[in-house]
Amino acid sequence: MSDVTAEITAEELMAITASRLLADHKVVFAGVGMPLLASAVARHRHAPNLTIVLEGGIIGTTLLPGKLPISTNEMRAAYGAQMLTDITDIFLYAQRGYFDYGFLGAAQVDMYGNINTSVIGRAERPRVRLPGSGGANDIISLCHEVLIVTQHEPRRFVERVDFITSPGYLSGGDSRARAGLRTGRLGPVVTDLALLDFEPDSRRMRLRALQPGVTVAQVRAQTGFDLLLSDALEELAPPSPEEIAIYRELRDGPVRVAVDVP
Amino acid sequence: MEHVDKRMSAEEAAALIRDGDHVAIGGTLYSRTPMALVFALLRQRRRHLTVSRPLACYEIELFLSTGALDRIVSSWVGIGLPWGLPPIFRHYVERGEVAFDEWSHLAMGLRYKAGAMGVPFLPTLTMLGSDLATRMDLQTVTCPYTGDLLAAVPALNPDVALLHAHRADMFGNVQVDGYQHMDVDMARAARTVIVSAEQIVSPEEIAARPDRTMLPHFAVDAVVAAPHGAYPHECYGRYGPDLAHFDAYAAAAKQDGPAAGLRYVEQNVDAHAGFAGFVAGAGPARLAALAADAGELMPT
Repeated sequence: MSDVTAEITAEELMAITASRLLADHKVVFAGVGMPLLASAVARHRHAPNLTIVLEGGIIGTTLLPGKLPISTNEMRAAYGAQMLTDITDIFLYAQRGYFDYGFLGAAQVDMYGNINTSVIGRAERPRVRLPGSGGANDIISLCHEVLIVTQHEPRRFVERVDFITSPGYLSGGDSRARAGLRTGRLGPVVTDLALLDFEPDSRRMRLRALQPGVTVAQVRAQTGFDLLLSDALEELAPPSPEEIAIYRELRDGPVRVAVDVP
Repeated sequence: MEHVDKRMSAEEAAALIRDGDHVAIGGTLYSRTPMALVFALLRQRRRHLTVSRPLACYEIELFLSTGALDRIVSSWVGIGLPWGLPPIFRHYVERGEVAFDEWSHLAMGLRYKAGAMGVPFLPTLTMLGSDLATRMDLQTVTCPYTGDLLAAVPALNPDVALLHAHRADMFGNVQVDGYQHMDVDMARAARTVIVSAEQIVSPEEIAARPDRTMLPHFAVDAVVAAPHGAYPHECYGRYGPDLAHFDAYAAAAKQDGPAAGLRYVEQNVDAHAGFAGFVAGAGPARLAALAADAGELMPT
């Protein structure tokens, strides 16, 4: 048992931590990669009635273990779905307020939860041109609670993003509402080191809980800005063998029945 | 409007596209990309094109590598998650040699929808507050009834839309299985609509399932028969994506940049008289395996 939990990867840790934040009977608009995997783990464990929505116009996908999609606009993403519509339509469901959670990854995220997936450097002549928003800007603008999951590194956790592809709390305080973004708040940010949230007045990112065995100093060293600290700092429970087994079966397909080793 | 037989070859259809046109490409990323039509357009080496697409895949890099593009309009350009950042796209954008207008995914959809509705803009709650909005000079409007602040996304009316469908009749009644991406709005927004189809079916077959028709004949200008017309990308229910083909492309693009894109076009597009020759190169075993992949994912 301890063998399984000892060799867990950062990706598994993040996906499993994030999966626990999704409640049953809710609707999650998930991006591809870790958000989708975390949503699928939740469905297979504690939230069997969680509806997964994907931007390809797919509602209620169930996913075929071992055949996970690498795009949210392809056939594997539609496996077992209850409804297929078009892309614009799926975002209009979000705009109407049907989606409880939005769930995103991030190349760069800042102290106010703004996400950059567009450019490193200047917009006109970027040092690195990244693929772009896709649906991330819409998901963070239109879903009720937005979860972010990303690896904890100084190059990702920056004081100000080079470019706000997807608006978090903009410059803090009530600036998000003043920009006309009436719906949506940022939920937790999940990383391989910690779980973070946003302090209610300043809207600045705050350390809320630590992954098992991680220290505050370690988190600070991997964060490119001054992190607020919650008064009630907690430690997260490590992934259970059951959670790890569910995650790995989804990713790799059904496990062959093992012969008992005495 | 009179019913006219609109069937033609992909090359004849591509000849309808002129230098400087805005060409919208249907499907999304690697799903139902109208690859037979894309190849025909690549073969003609048009110049100064603008290409728009909801999410764009490596076809953008092929247009870039052959010097066809002045501007890209999209919410996302890549190859796909496993292949990392698209090197040829990066090459051109980072040098300022092509313009990239980045809109959010919903904004792309609403731009085509406004174009399809015949209105100059649509109000929405997305893209507000972001640098996407600043960079695209997105304007806002105040609702005359509630006083609410809304983004005003401008209509997009492409000169030409290229789509790939499952079935069409000779008049241009078009049916698609599975998700529709943004194809319907894109087509209705465009001035000229070219549709390739896996199968050309009889008008009776269309009329037997009229609820499946996504575009009527009067919205379509050209119909092209193109079995496997989205290959190496996927076509819902028919065939999965040829990921080994993607692997080879991405490895070459990473190593040689635009030279690899040009070489790809010379070897896969120019070397064949038509798209069928390229598809045949995949071989029957490969195509059968991709069809089996699709079959496994379909509802039973």
